[in-house]
Amino acid sequence: MVKSTSKDAQDLFRSLHSAYSATPTNLKIIDMYVVFAVFTALIQVAYMALVGSFPFNSFLSGVLSCVGTAVLAVCLRIQVNKENKEFKCKTIVTNLGGIVAMFVIAV
Amino acid sequence: MMARGLARFLVSLLLVAICNAASVSQPISDSHRSAALDVFVPLDGSYKSLEEAYEALRSLEILGIDKKSDLSSGTCENVVKVLGSPSSALKDVFYALSVNGILKCKSGDDVPKDVVSKLQAGAKDAKLLLDFYYSIRGLVLVKEQFSGTDLTLGDAEAIFRSVKALSQSDGRWRYSSNNAESSTFAAGLAFETLAGVISLAPSEIDQSLIQTVKTGILKLFDSLRKYDDGTFYFDGSEGPISTTASVIRGLTSFAASESTGLNLPGDKIVGLAKFFLGVGIPGDAKDFFNQIDALASLEDNRFSVPLILSLPSTVISLTKKEPLKVKVSTVLGSKAPALGVKLAQALNSKGSSVINNQELKFDADSATYFLDSFPKNFDVGKYTFVFEILLDESANEKAYITEAQTKVPIAATGAISIENAEIAVLDSDVGSVESQKKLDLTKDGGVSLSANHLQKLRLSFQLTTPLGLVFKPHQAFLKLKHESQVEHIFLVKTSGKKAELVLDFLGLVEKLYYLSGKYEIQLTIGDASMENSLLSNIGHIELDLPERPEKAPLPPLQPTDPYSRYGPKAEISHIFRIPEKLPAKQLSLIFLGLIVLPFIAFLIGLTRLGVNIKSFPSSVGAATSALLFHGGIGAVLLLYVLFWLKLDLFTTLKALSLLGVFLLFVGHRTLSNLAAASNKLKSA
Repeated sequence: MVKSTSKDAQDLFRSLHSAYSATPTNLKIIDMYVVFAVFTALIQVAYMALVGSFPFNSFLSGVLSCVGTAVLAVCLRIQVNKENKEFKCKTIVTNLGGIVAMFVIAV
Repeated sequence: MMARGLARFLVSLLLVAICNAASVSQPISDSHRSAALDVFVPLDGSYKSLEEAYEALRSLEILGIDKKSDLSSGTCENVVKVLGSPSSALKDVFYALSVNGILKCKSGDDVPKDVVSKLQAGAKDAKLLLDFYYSIRGLVLVKEQFSGTDLTLGDAEAIFRSVKALSQSDGRWRYSSNNAESSTFAAGLAFETLAGVISLAPSEIDQSLIQTVKTGILKLFDSLRKYDDGTFYFDGSEGPISTTASVIRGLTSFAASESTGLNLPGDKIVGLAKFFLGVGIPGDAKDFFNQIDALASLEDNRFSVPLILSLPSTVISLTKKEPLKVKVSTVLGSKAPALGVKLAQALNSKGSSVINNQELKFDADSATYFLDSFPKNFDVGKYTFVFEILLDESANEKAYITEAQTKVPIAATGAISIENAEIAVLDSDVGSVESQKKLDLTKDGGVSLSANHLQKLRLSFQLTTPLGLVFKPHQAFLKLKHESQVEHIFLVKTSGKKAELVLDFLGLVEKLYYLSGKYEIQLTIGDASMENSLLSNIGHIELDLPERPEKAPLPPLQPTDPYSRYGPKAEISHIFRIPEKLPAKQLSLIFLGLIVLPFIAFLIGLTRLGVNIKSFPSSVGAATSALLFHGGIGAVLLLYVLFWLKLDLFTTLKALSLLGVFLLFVGHRTLSNLAAASNKLKSA
């Protein structure tokens, strides 16, 4: 049984990987940015756990800024994704430039 | 000014001290003279006005204090200036002449002629009492001081009448004929003026005029006021001292002229003298001058000279056996003529007389009368001695007058013997003595007793006077002092033959605050007549009292040692906020490195994906704006770094706003270039 589950996991992983490779490059860039932000936040949490939350403000500002920028990037990805047809954004602009501009302003 | 203020304070203290002993008048003494130096000698050697200068110099002259050398220069300058100037007022001329009489700045033949003519004109034209006074008295002074002048008043009788016209029926005088208000002080001025007119008149003034003045004087004496101790005074708006002094001055100068023959009631004169002596040492310069001047007038006058009986000490000590001394002198302290002093009565506190009609012996060396033998039944206590003075009338030139009887309070003190002093602890119910100790009150005893709350403490002693009578002291206290400094005081009452105190501890338990322990016993016996008053620490008593119940009052808090209360307090060591525990530096640096790692991974991932900047515009205009745009963004990031490291929010925001505006323009241009480029691509 173990072998089959591990093989299933491996198959699952491989299929995911191949599917992901198909996504366009700009989405991949955004994904990487999100991963980077999340990792930064995680490292800060680990530091706080280790050392104590003395300058609690610093901890909060660091973590929340990372999380915030990750969230905004995810929003951008949703809006920019061409395959996402259900998302009928009622934004003022529908062109790519406007969406990017909104992202920049929010950040 | 400082000296005067200090003098006034000291003098008022002296006045209080003297007032307490003021039932016997004391003649002018050295304390007056030393006070006069403080009051009358100004610090800088000059006086504010000639009137003040005259008052001060006259007082110093009467008291026999010679300060002329110090004070004469400045004052003489003033005097010469006033006498030399033709425009001086009558009052200034009068006071200048008065000062000149004392200091003798100008004398001899140097007659100031214009001064004389001014005074004569003033006398003729005067309408107000003060003008008459200054001009007439000024002329009298000129006549005294400068020889070779033959001053006579032209129409003396007319001037006399016009001054007399200002008098009133009740004996007082008005200052002017228009003003209806009158005063006794003005009466004194008028008498002096009239005396001056009489002395300057070329011929005798009509006797009927002088007689009317004398009746006026007697009328004035009707308004004489009296205090209970037999002193007389005149009252007026200027105050009793000034008014009475003015009247006395006037009366003595009026009586001085031969033709008047003034006679005044003797007892009133003595009363007036006692009034001035009773003032003590005045603090004010004017009051001082008035007192001394009036006493000098009384000292040497034509109607009657008062003599004062005074005692240097009013205490007779039966142990010392010193005689009682009595002095008789004039008001200024000069020698009295030959006379005899008799002790008519010595009344004790019960009112009976123990000494009768005892003549006092005279000691010529010290000019005092003394009484050295007291009868055997003269005991300690308070007495009133009644003295009478016997004058030898025929032998004297002047008419002397004394009080009929002088009453003096005398205290007799002696050694009181204390006998049968004992202290005992009694059992309450039975009354039997548990422990009894004899006390020697002259020594601090080491009596040691003990008692509980059911017993009583009894203290008894007998006090007897030198004659063997029972003595009741003013103060007889027993003090019990606990170890904790709480004190209780009890009175020892004298009844019958002995003084006894019984402390019933059962009733006193609450008063003693239920404090058991060692109590110190202290006995105080004292009295004004007792020369051997004592305070002795008798010893200790151990008291055993029951426990304190809940509701009973607590003993009062004893005052803490003042040195401990006001001494320095413990030093405060400041504790600053403990800084938070920071992690080790290396740990922080490691994590700093770790944070950078994801960013590096991100960049690596980007390059792996094949990110390029190929669509960077190549044409110059677009390239510059694109470059500026990216440069601006880089500058903003740099600003964030600087803000983190060094800057504060306000400068950052200012810079950020500037950069933002710049980026707005540049970014817009870049995007428009991009849009144009993509449109071109689409259309192409």
